Amino acid sequence: MNAAADIATLWAFIIAFAVFVYVVMDGFDLGLGLLFPLFPQKTDRDVIMNSVAPVWDGNETWLVLGGGGLMAAFPLAYAVLMPAIYTPLIAMLIGLIFRGVAFEFRWRTQSERNRWDVAFAAGSWLATLAQGIALGAILQGVQVEGRHYAGGWWDWLTPFSILTGLALAAGYALLGATWLVLKTEGELRDKAYHLSWYLLFAMLGAIGVVSLATPLLHIHYAERWFAWPNIIVTAPVPLAVAGVAALLLRSLIRKQDNQPFFLSLGLFALSYAGLGISMYPYIVPQSITIWQAASPENSQLFMLVGVAVLIPLILGYTAWAYWVFRGKVQAGAGYH
Amino acid sequence: MFGGLDAVVLARAQFAFTMSFHIIFPVFTIGLASYLAVLEALWLWTGRDVFINLFNYWLKIFSVVFGMGVVSGIVMSYQFGTNWSAFADKAGPVIGPLMAYEVLTAFFLEAGFLGVMLFGLERVGHKLHFLATLMVATGTLISAFWILSANSWMQTPTGYAVNADGQFVAVDWFKVIFNPSFPYRLVHMVLAAYLTTALVVGAVGAFHLLRDRHLAGPRVMFSMAMWMAALVAPIQILAGDQHGLNTLEHQPTKIMAMEGHFESHPDGAPLILFGLPDMNAGKVKYALEIPHLGSLILEHSLDAPMKGLDTVPRENWPPVPVTFWAFRIMVGLGFLIFALGLFSLLARSLGTLYQSRLLHLFAIAMGPAGFIAVLAGWFTTETGRQPFTVYGLLRTVESASPLAAPAVGSSLAAFAIVYFAVFTTGVIYILRLMAHPPHPGEQGPSSDVPSRAAGITPAVEGMLP
Repeated sequence: MNAAADIATLWAFIIAFAVFVYVVMDGFDLGLGLLFPLFPQKTDRDVIMNSVAPVWDGNETWLVLGGGGLMAAFPLAYAVLMPAIYTPLIAMLIGLIFRGVAFEFRWRTQSERNRWDVAFAAGSWLATLAQGIALGAILQGVQVEGRHYAGGWWDWLTPFSILTGLALAAGYALLGATWLVLKTEGELRDKAYHLSWYLLFAMLGAIGVVSLATPLLHIHYAERWFAWPNIIVTAPVPLAVAGVAALLLRSLIRKQDNQPFFLSLGLFALSYAGLGISMYPYIVPQSITIWQAASPENSQLFMLVGVAVLIPLILGYTAWAYWVFRGKVQAGAGYH
Repeated sequence: MFGGLDAVVLARAQFAFTMSFHIIFPVFTIGLASYLAVLEALWLWTGRDVFINLFNYWLKIFSVVFGMGVVSGIVMSYQFGTNWSAFADKAGPVIGPLMAYEVLTAFFLEAGFLGVMLFGLERVGHKLHFLATLMVATGTLISAFWILSANSWMQTPTGYAVNADGQFVAVDWFKVIFNPSFPYRLVHMVLAAYLTTALVVGAVGAFHLLRDRHLAGPRVMFSMAMWMAALVAPIQILAGDQHGLNTLEHQPTKIMAMEGHFESHPDGAPLILFGLPDMNAGKVKYALEIPHLGSLILEHSLDAPMKGLDTVPRENWPPVPVTFWAFRIMVGLGFLIFALGLFSLLARSLGTLYQSRLLHLFAIAMGPAGFIAVLAGWFTTETGRQPFTVYGLLRTVESASPLAAPAVGSSLAAFAIVYFAVFTTGVIYILRLMAHPPHPGEQGPSSDVPSRAAGITPAVEGMLP
């Protein structure tokens, strides 16, 4: 393995990190959108919106980094994957438009507020399902010829991609509910606790079904997970999922406000690690590896310098922004 | 439904459409973020309430504009992959890192400090809040730096080689970033953003002065905006001229299209003011022209020979009528902005800056002029680069995704419907905000607090962090 190959692996981790940060950060605010229809009261809705208003566009910037970084570091993968998930991607973008502007628009109007609340919820659903479907579409593999995507524009639609779409919705909703446990109080928090119960089991069910369905997609996935000696590395993942789920259950029973959200993030991290185990070293499953897709070494090196300096800085001031708006959100007592 | 159009045409239409909508918002946020930083600095420095009132007034508008810029920008960052995947594969190793740096150095900075800027004045104190405003303003400028570098590289590529897979690869990153047209384009665009914002601010100020010439806020904003127009419009005309000379050196075909020079002029080229370029006939019909002036402007000599499109193979011609007319719209508006600036100087010297109804009406009429000029300028430079995506090296038809026309057509239709529905609503909300003058005690976005929840008394609330 030469130096360029090592940088490609490093970049695969960087892109994976950016996408993961996106998933957990936008995941909870998309989750709030998914749960919005269950909170019809205006005061509750205001509090829910207030709890993410100062940070939502920072969260979505990670999505831009994931897309832009993929184009820069693995242009071939970007060029093959984006047309393959064309329709869900466009749907996601449209969903994000509706929910994004709703943050601002709903404060600018009294008479049309309900309309923007609907846009917020519907946009969140559309974006979440589209992201989950896109993930499934990539996992199940895409047709490649030469340096191009060779399939049709409806290839993404399969029972498996629908399954991953619903699974992601369950996960995001859990993140949203536990975020409300962390950030709110009173009846709103109690309702969030109640929802977290159902959503935890929904998410565990989703993890289970997707985990069982994935090895059936392709022999590569089955070997990766169940063949000796891989199983030494892979077996602890489901065990850890069970452990974190138990801790999460306990924190829900004991009503420890500060814990459920972070334990839910833990579940996401483990599921994500599982995805990584399934895919590595392919970036387009079964056809293009990270080394085949990698940019020339000097492109990857040029960006690596920036990433090494800037990502810690970004994490620093992002943490500061969350710190400024820390604590429980009061109805009508602060921002927005 | 899309049978008559091929996927490349639809993909181009989609990029032009989504980009035309998007470009409006960053142009406004670049200018407005800097204006807000100036207002807050003036407030901290002088302590005068009028500045914080104006700051809060424009901050609410900024928050709506910024939100629309973010969501329409996310669409742009995926356009390269969805509709232009061959371009992404071939140019990604060069263009991609520039965009990645834009995200890392600019977008995060803006988004990271935006929350504090919008909602955090009471939470972090004046100095930290001012720092947040400065960071957001700086972020918008850094963003302009990278995206214009990437755009300029597509116009005037330098510092690259082509590898075995047919990809462009960087040989010298400094030459890639500081490619020949970049400094000119950056200056021209940032000045355009400032002028565009000044025209909007000036129009809002003038609108309220028409109804009451004694209002403090509108007086201050109108005066500031008119200074900007008067001082920057002439600089912008100069910068535009320099940009044009740079284009002549590096992209002569674009200049031929902008000028409508189908024929070569060995003894000095005319300046065609107006006319109808006809690509089939290879001439400008009904041309109204001034002899030798074209050579004088572009070559600084009356008799300098200038080559025309007859020296360029037809398959390399840009769409001349679009480039030709977009250029004239931009230049015409530029001179109108210049005239507004001069008028304001005259009124100022006569002491009628806040009284002249004619000036105020003129300023209101010019409110959207900056946006139109920016769009026209962008159409000039991007259509003038055609039929290439990377000038002279990569053809537009070789850049598109291997998609069927119905896929591209459906997504174009979806974007069109959503953009018109969402962004026209946003513009209406912005106009509603602008319809009220800034008043004493103006609150920022954090004041849009709905009804108070039961049980929280003001005394308790005062102790909250």
